[in-house]
Amino acid sequence: MKIAVCIKRVPDTETRIRMGADAAAIDESGVKFVVNPYDEFAVEEALQRREKAGGGEVVVLALGPDAAQETIRGALAMGADRGVLLKADRVPADALAVAKALAAELKDGGWDLVLFGKMAVDDCNHAVGPMVAELLGLPCVTAISKLELEDGKGVAEREIEGGVEVVAFALPAVLTAEKGLNTPRYPALKGIMAAKKKPIESKPAALGEARVTVTALGLPPERKAGRILGEGADVVPELVRLLRTEAKVL
Amino acid sequence: MAPRFEGVDFYDVSALLSEEERAVRDTVRQWVDDRLLPVIGAHYLAGSFPRQLVPEMAELGFFGANLPEQYGCAGLNNVAYGLIMQELERGDSGVRSFASVQGALVMYPIHAFGSDDQKQKWLPAMASGEVIGCFGLTEPDYGSNPGGMITTAKETADGWVLNGAKMWITNGSTAKVAIIWAKTGALDDPGSIRGFIVPTDTAGFSAKDQQGKLSLRASDTSELVLQDVHVAKDALLPLSRGLKSPLSCLTQARYGIAWGAVGAAMGCYDEALRYAKQRVMFGRPIAAFQLQQQRLAEMLTEITKAQLLVLQLGRLKDLGKATPQRVSLAKRNNVDVACDVAREARRLLGANGILAEYTAMRHLANLESVYTYEGTHDMHTLILGEEITGISAFE
Repeated sequence: MKIAVCIKRVPDTETRIRMGADAAAIDESGVKFVVNPYDEFAVEEALQRREKAGGGEVVVLALGPDAAQETIRGALAMGADRGVLLKADRVPADALAVAKALAAELKDGGWDLVLFGKMAVDDCNHAVGPMVAELLGLPCVTAISKLELEDGKGVAEREIEGGVEVVAFALPAVLTAEKGLNTPRYPALKGIMAAKKKPIESKPAALGEARVTVTALGLPPERKAGRILGEGADVVPELVRLLRTEAKVL
Repeated sequence: MAPRFEGVDFYDVSALLSEEERAVRDTVRQWVDDRLLPVIGAHYLAGSFPRQLVPEMAELGFFGANLPEQYGCAGLNNVAYGLIMQELERGDSGVRSFASVQGALVMYPIHAFGSDDQKQKWLPAMASGEVIGCFGLTEPDYGSNPGGMITTAKETADGWVLNGAKMWITNGSTAKVAIIWAKTGALDDPGSIRGFIVPTDTAGFSAKDQQGKLSLRASDTSELVLQDVHVAKDALLPLSRGLKSPLSCLTQARYGIAWGAVGAAMGCYDEALRYAKQRVMFGRPIAAFQLQQQRLAEMLTEITKAQLLVLQLGRLKDLGKATPQRVSLAKRNNVDVACDVAREARRLLGANGILAEYTAMRHLANLESVYTYEGTHDMHTLILGEEITGISAFE
């Protein structure tokens, strides 16, 4: 089985974010970067599928700066076979630009599966996976929470409001992973050592013109302290008045 | 659910680590958060070792991690090994003791003093956790003075017969195999001490859990009794000779312990800081009060010093320059300051600090054992004194 997994290096969601000087990006100093959590489910799924098939290749791709090599190395430590870094000092805000660069790299790979996490936790676009599928002309199922594969075809489950959607598709296909698809393994310490010897090919990302840019980025406004008006039913008229005149929600 | 531990790193020591060293640290850190911390409080109170976690620890490669890959070990350098111990002990000193014994006190002597057959027979099985071992050096009346031991090994026609008793043996009742140190010659001849691989199911060998511990409760601490225990010739560790052999094993373990103490201190500090920021008294978080800030500042200062100490020790060890005396300095300092950090953290936590729900008091109690074992604080003081002055003050 030949499986490609696309991963992204993102800030740890528990990091305290500060704005950069130009207020269009975050200040990256002191920020802890991790592999996008949804991508871990994709890597784990790829490893399990390779194991079930009794062999194959799992290749991890990332578009990002040099530091993304460490992110790729983490996936190699989990058990992926090799990595490809499409180098770009800044990951464009334009998801289509990213998707085009990835699709160009994936085009002639002869993959049985191309896996993504359903979204990146920094921009939450949910876009690159389906866009790559479209550019490669492959079927796409997003946010899968269960996967069954048979010769040349698959069945996936997606959690939807009030139920489960069951989708059948032919291989090769692009799938994006939802939390709970599997339990990602810890990289064994031997795996971490073995990862040092696995190849990571680094090449400049074939990024075209970015047609989406971020013009401004800011922290949410500080929540003002609430006001206690008093106790009991007598306070209600005052509350209603304030909801109408101050909060303007009535 | 407890918040994820993000480390304590005031001087950016992470930047002095390699990518692999960080990855090793982070794997163990996450495993401790996910798998060990949720269950350790209950095990500590019950006085049981969380044995069900051994297969996962083995699978991840925690045992004998700095031994060569050809035996199924991870082949890590000594800094990475230290980081494993650091993160394990942030979980619990007793669990870190299990890993220290398995790796530094059982697998190490087989690797250093064993025949090729012995290495092949035991090391892979120990790396995989299939075979758990223990290290029998200390005796009821011979702790700081191991050279005075009275366990004997007399040569027989087809092997050896061992007689004696050992005490305070971590993993003693759990182990399938014991590395027993015994005198093959006269009782006043510590040069005749040699090591033996003794399967614990051999006739005459018995182990008994030591009850009533108030420290290292989540660890198996046992007495061993050897009554005419017959072992074959190939039970002897051929390259073991004199007291130097078991002491060199202790140096390995002490090195890991110096790192472990840092982990315990980091855990206590992190817990105390989080608590101080959200515990409100007199209308403010207690983190706003000068005395608590002083506590936290002192803790952070000692942790930072201890981190840099063991990092350099690890780099020296990788160059073959970690002398026993250099290891003594780090074990002595780091465990002592960790005891202080745990105590101060316990005090900052107030009444809540006496509950097993918080980690400070469990660490405090555990660290008292760590202060005493693997060379008491006082013994390391004299080891350093002798090294510095050239004059032995032991007797």
